[in-house]
Amino acid sequence: MMHTHDMMKAVARYRGDAILVPGRSGRYWITLSDNQPLDVELGDPAMGGHAGLGLGLALARPDKKVMLFDSEGDMQMSLGILATVAEQAPPNLYHFLIDNGVYATTGGQPVPNADKMQYDMIARGCGYPRTYAFTEIDDFERALPEIMGKPGPVFVACKVVPEIENEPIGRRRRWQTRTRDEVVVDLRSALVATR
Amino acid sequence: MNTTAANALSPETILAEMKKHGVTHVVYLPDSETNWLYLLMKADPAIRLVGVNREGHASSIAAGLWLGGAKPLILIQNTGMLESGDSIRGWLMSLNVPIVLMVGYRGWTRHGVTPDTVATYTERFLMAFGLNYYLIENDADSSRIAVAFEEAERTKRPVVILVGDEYHGFNR
Repeated sequence: MMHTHDMMKAVARYRGDAILVPGRSGRYWITLSDNQPLDVELGDPAMGGHAGLGLGLALARPDKKVMLFDSEGDMQMSLGILATVAEQAPPNLYHFLIDNGVYATTGGQPVPNADKMQYDMIARGCGYPRTYAFTEIDDFERALPEIMGKPGPVFVACKVVPEIENEPIGRRRRWQTRTRDEVVVDLRSALVATR
Repeated sequence: MNTTAANALSPETILAEMKKHGVTHVVYLPDSETNWLYLLMKADPAIRLVGVNREGHASSIAAGLWLGGAKPLILIQNTGMLESGDSIRGWLMSLNVPIVLMVGYRGWTRHGVTPDTVATYTERFLMAFGLNYYLIENDADSSRIAVAFEEAERTKRPVVILVGDEYHGFNR
């Protein structure tokens, strides 16, 4: 199994000027990013919506790649979004799923049927033309040129080691360097001004 | 034109208002009476339809569209609006997305007491969320659509249009 930070570090080499939605992994991504205005580290506005956000960005900006980091808890809450993504078929959307098998931010309770879920198969069944699944970082790194080198939508399920948080939310260290409002303003300035 | 048609809300009116206000994408889940509008939108190259299978998905898609510089509109029924509560809060209200939600008002009636509980709770839901809304029932109300678009832009908040013509207009 791989670590989320290693996975995102590998992906960072292929980022270029892509819009990047880190989902629940913003705390890893902000240490790796070299293009903050196009980072969309909104945290968790409402569970289950990261894939929809990525889809909307991809449809609004077909001239830019959108790299989306979803999580399996969000995915299970919104499996139906996969059908919508596949129907819209944005060729610029690269949908990575970080699957740690648990609700890590609430203490590590397992997501339903965690050990048997095959999210790449679900995405394939919903109509994603390309899907992958990885458990080892070496395999993932070897496949990245192909994953990022062809049009989307592509779905990439990655099994990662859970990094569980048990500290009460109010006592957790704040990793964000920008407020949610600042993220929105920065992104809109970067995207809308360059249309 | 017969009396029913004159008092109806035509789908052509709705589409014309969408286009007048620069809508680029309609994120929608059909309700029981919007098929004529769907057919019109589908035939119009200026509008891209994004179909969802659960209304709760619409808010985050719309947020992404707006962040990217597009102008989305959400078209759903009041039943789906109720199930979308947390998504509307998190993806639209907390990100200050200026968007119009056009919501079919199932169960709405001016006569007697509605037996449909979704109508009972629709306006209470909107009041609880602090979302402003406008009821439209026929073409004579269409100026309220412009009011909703302008208010959404000015306040940077979602504004709701309740479509209370479910049983006549879109069915012609």
